[in-house]
Amino acid sequence: MLTAALRKELLLQWRTRSQMMAVFVFGATSLLLFSFAIGPNAEMLRTFSSGFLWLGLLLSSTLTLAESFHTEMENRAFEGLLLLPSDARALYYGKAIANWLQLTLLGCALVPVMVILYDAGTTALLKLLVIIMLGAAGLSAPGTLYAGITSQVKAKQMLLPLLLFPLIVPALLASVKATSLVILGDPMGQSKAWITLLGAFDLIYWSLCGLLFGRVVED
Amino acid sequence: MKSRVPYVFLALGAALLLFGSYWGLFIAPAEQYMGNVQRIMYVHVPTAWSWMLAILWAFGCAIAFLSTSNMKWDSRMEAGVEVGVLLAFMLCCQGAIWAKPTWGVWWDWDPRLTSVAVLLVASLGIMALRSFVDDPHRRAIWSAVATIIASVDLPIVYFSVKWWNSLHQQQSTPNTVSSAFYIPLRVNAFGVLFLMIGFIWLRTRVAALRLRQETAIPHGYEEAGELA
Repeated sequence: MLTAALRKELLLQWRTRSQMMAVFVFGATSLLLFSFAIGPNAEMLRTFSSGFLWLGLLLSSTLTLAESFHTEMENRAFEGLLLLPSDARALYYGKAIANWLQLTLLGCALVPVMVILYDAGTTALLKLLVIIMLGAAGLSAPGTLYAGITSQVKAKQMLLPLLLFPLIVPALLASVKATSLVILGDPMGQSKAWITLLGAFDLIYWSLCGLLFGRVVED
Repeated sequence: MKSRVPYVFLALGAALLLFGSYWGLFIAPAEQYMGNVQRIMYVHVPTAWSWMLAILWAFGCAIAFLSTSNMKWDSRMEAGVEVGVLLAFMLCCQGAIWAKPTWGVWWDWDPRLTSVAVLLVASLGIMALRSFVDDPHRRAIWSAVATIIASVDLPIVYFSVKWWNSLHQQQSTPNTVSSAFYIPLRVNAFGVLFLMIGFIWLRTRVAALRLRQETAIPHGYEEAGELA
């Protein structure tokens, strides 16, 4: 069931790939705009580059997460899905994994933009990929749950960031610190601790949100 | 006949708070290094304790609602979250007033300060969610879920900000309290606690009444409702 749900989500995302492109452009634009907050100070831009990357990804994520329930809410297709003889958790994990993959892809696509705009390159690409994957997982688990709630509410565009942003402070903090240590150098070997924190956050929310999703969509 | 107990709690709390604050302001000695600024501790620390209790209460009510589906827990949780918002807001204001003369800034990325601010925003989000959902049952489930998720987040936020901060600078805060400061602190702790209990109690009553109004059968349909 989980593979079927995941397959459905990935197919939906593939068929709306122009939307993914638009979200990427949005993220890249916000990275461009952040640099105006600092001014043309190359050293400072490089120092803050990881923070800008994650804020750009966070802002873009509200767009992709809100969209993840949009198609099914039209014509009440979601109710049909819930009538299937399967666990609602499979639906949740299917969506959460699809969102996670999408956000990881988006994060990886934003890295070259960051490198070009802020001169913040690194050779530890594998480590950066692991951090992006863990950080995207931290965004997508609670994000998918809250998108499921807010998609059924009137003011969905406003409520999702309002609920999600305070919650993911630890994940954001850990992702920014870990990325910044990768880019600027890590003489004290601190990045491992931040990656562990990020992993713990993911573990807690991937299990807790899956547990609670069944109650969110019941009627 | 509704019980008058919450009003007793409120009166007792207000009296204790007045007494404790008088003691703290005029009788207790000024602190050696911080001087009179430290006297804000007599309301700040009790507010912090009560805030934690309010959050714990809301968390417990959310779990109780999800496991029993009894709407009385929803009303209790609504009250807990709202009183928690009030206390968190007061905490941030008092903290800022204390921080300006002591640390020289209104705000510092102290783990406690940041965690309170994060949870304040999260609680406001839960209140916003409640105000946008018309169906009482869905509103109850969703806000219970959001309350559980936000409460679980609190220790992680505290821990991560502490870590983040300690890698930069070590903020020293006075943790040890001499016995001369004990009495007003204790009295005020009970004062704020009783006020909080009274407020939560009354707010629960308001929430329950509003819920009854929302789910009431409109006039003229009572019989049809009974038949159904």
